[in-house]
Amino acid sequence: MSNESHDCKQGEDRNPNQKMKKQEAHSKQRNLSRFTFHVLRFTFYTLFALLLVYTVPSTDARTIGVGSKRFTESYVLGEIAKKLLEDAGYRVELKQGMGGTIIVWEALKNGDIAMYPDYTGTIQETILKSATPMTSEQMRSALAEHGIGMTGELGFNNTYALAMRRTDAETRNIRKISDLQNHPDIKMGLTHEFLERADGWEPLSQRYGLQNKPRGMEHALAYVALNNAEIDLMDAYSTDAKLAEYDLTVLEDDLHFFPKYNAVFLYRLDTDYAAIDAIRGMEGKIDEGLMIRLNAEAERTKDFAAGASLYFTEVENRTVKVTSESFVSKLTRWTGRHLMLVGISMAIAILVSIPLGIRASRPGILSQIIIGVPGVMQTVPSLALLALLVPVPWLGISPTTAIVALFLYSLLPIVRNTATGLQNIPTPLRESATALGLEPSAQLTKVYLPMASRTILTGIKTSAIINVGTATLAALIGAGGLGEPIISGLALNDAEVILQGAIPAALLAILVQVCFDALDRLLIPRGLRLEEASQQAAARE
Amino acid sequence: MNETKIALRDVEMRFGDVIALHSTNLQVEAGQTTVLIGPSGCGKSTILRLIIGLLTPTSGAVEFEGVPVSQGNILALRRRMGYVIQDGGLFPHLTAAQNVTLMARHLQPPLPEDEIQAKLDELCELTYFPKDGLARYAVELSGGQRQRVSLMRALALDPDVLLLDEPLGALDPMVRASLQTELKEIFNRLGKTVLLVTHDMAEAGYIGDSIVLMREGHVLQQGTLDDLRERPADDFVSEFITAQRSLVQL
Repeated sequence: MSNESHDCKQGEDRNPNQKMKKQEAHSKQRNLSRFTFHVLRFTFYTLFALLLVYTVPSTDARTIGVGSKRFTESYVLGEIAKKLLEDAGYRVELKQGMGGTIIVWEALKNGDIAMYPDYTGTIQETILKSATPMTSEQMRSALAEHGIGMTGELGFNNTYALAMRRTDAETRNIRKISDLQNHPDIKMGLTHEFLERADGWEPLSQRYGLQNKPRGMEHALAYVALNNAEIDLMDAYSTDAKLAEYDLTVLEDDLHFFPKYNAVFLYRLDTDYAAIDAIRGMEGKIDEGLMIRLNAEAERTKDFAAGASLYFTEVENRTVKVTSESFVSKLTRWTGRHLMLVGISMAIAILVSIPLGIRASRPGILSQIIIGVPGVMQTVPSLALLALLVPVPWLGISPTTAIVALFLYSLLPIVRNTATGLQNIPTPLRESATALGLEPSAQLTKVYLPMASRTILTGIKTSAIINVGTATLAALIGAGGLGEPIISGLALNDAEVILQGAIPAALLAILVQVCFDALDRLLIPRGLRLEEASQQAAARE
Repeated sequence: MNETKIALRDVEMRFGDVIALHSTNLQVEAGQTTVLIGPSGCGKSTILRLIIGLLTPTSGAVEFEGVPVSQGNILALRRRMGYVIQDGGLFPHLTAAQNVTLMARHLQPPLPEDEIQAKLDELCELTYFPKDGLARYAVELSGGQRQRVSLMRALALDPDVLLLDEPLGALDPMVRASLQTELKEIFNRLGKTVLLVTHDMAEAGYIGDSIVLMREGHVLQQGTLDDLRERPADDFVSEFITAQRSLVQL
């Protein structure tokens, strides 16, 4: 007789003990799966609640959304508007650094925000797309067609300007833009917006007959590049605090190419009259000199609210502490929003991808399409995907758009791993499941999916980690999250602020990884882990 | 005793141009152990797979108790048959006990827990499987133990028919010999209809009441070992039997 019969006798001798142990193990396992079930259910309800909270629009009529573009001055004007509105009794939802002109304008039209600061030149060229100069009356009536109103001018002209290092300009003897004609070797770094604008580089170079080949770069980075002599000339705004800081000189626009960029606030015509009135308190109060000081104050203290405080000191001669949010509060808000974006997009991606992956595990052309489409989606740069989604009806500048983009990005790893996991189940095991008399649906739920669970979980983990990183881009369309400080930091050219977002985002990605490793122990049947370990051991031999 | 449990009526199985089984008639008697034997590729496994419905015949019909097997009744029929394959086919994410009780718990309504436990105890005893192995996963079991668990799983719903496809094929000779003894004893005790595939003539002669010798998709002869030995249907039958002489005869 074989050894195995010996085993059996011993087993029988120890029978009562064994049985108890077995039952214990059994109930432990059942408790574990019940625990897992509760965790999953709790997660689901939490996500659902978050979804509701975020979908149901705030019905508080006294809340006003104020937006700003992504540069210091716009942030500071946003903070001043916030304080003025709060003094008038409003609650303010300040959405700082939402993006470029088009993004903030769309947000205004959609009603995501009620007002934001802009410039007459931008309104005429970029928003109303008029080739000829317009009077403010013409602008007002054109804007009214979109349901938008415009305040009076705030008092300063922040026009485009071309700036060079003062010493460099003196050495080369360049004072005016037309002097550049004799210097085609000058390296130019221009903002992407300036390169594309109807009153930007193209017509400027034609008017002045310039041959230089500029390259596009982020505004704040261009200052650094200019200071390090990596470039010799950049486009700037005439109220930039950095002009003084870096000792730059602004070239004279001797052919009067640049239109006037007088600062105004744009607002929705359905905004409370009292709120508009509060904002109009700024009209005519800020000249170029003051604006440069406010910008400088904000950049010196790395706090936009400090710039706003200076406004109240200088203009209203009162000391107002425009309180900036504490770091902990901001971090909590960013992280909370980040987790919401990741959580909701991942939950939907999981619910959609697993059924798709199951379908894609079968042979056929449809399966190739199911794998192929998310695959193509993943090759679209995330920034481009966001930009492509913004014009889609119902999306626009909102967290929904960010969630849709993150969802689309998260599909592929889950779909592919689900399909692969199922395809890798050996035929004899498939046939065993069939031969037992399990219905096809039970074969899937009791055998195939549990056997593929490890591969599927790995796909979800991959998605989640990519998702946490990509979600920082949500801030580009005003959807918040840990990308917010990264973008502000870029605007301020301040590495510390960038790190306030970058470090928590990286930690979050690591945390996600750790959580999934723990989940692997909790959710994956021990038999599969043992099997993998033994296969690895065999492979080593 | 001489009632037909399963019958193949002019069953032919083709895969494209390849004929795995030429038009075949075969009767499996109830309560007997029938052994399908022949060289590899002779179609013996194909017959088991046709009966359990993993394959659908290209023409002809498989009958179970006189009723043709169809899409409509195959699910119920599979639960009246147990199927064991060469390396056991145990699901790696389940313990031995969970593999065995999978169907009993899946049925609507499921069997009562005490009945399931009693059945487990009974099956452990029948197959000489140590009870402390029940909580183990397939990777933690030896090849012989895996086949015992696979047999327990096949017997869990107390089926009328057992289909075994080279159940001892992957085992080393010592374990194989002892399991042959145990299998014969188990079959005798249970009195179930058994259809076993093997390529080992000694195993067939030892375990089988009736032997079906096959070659290249044809059934050459069906009968007892003595029938095949004394009255071979053709030269191949006698060649096949003598080619597998045992060491004892040397």
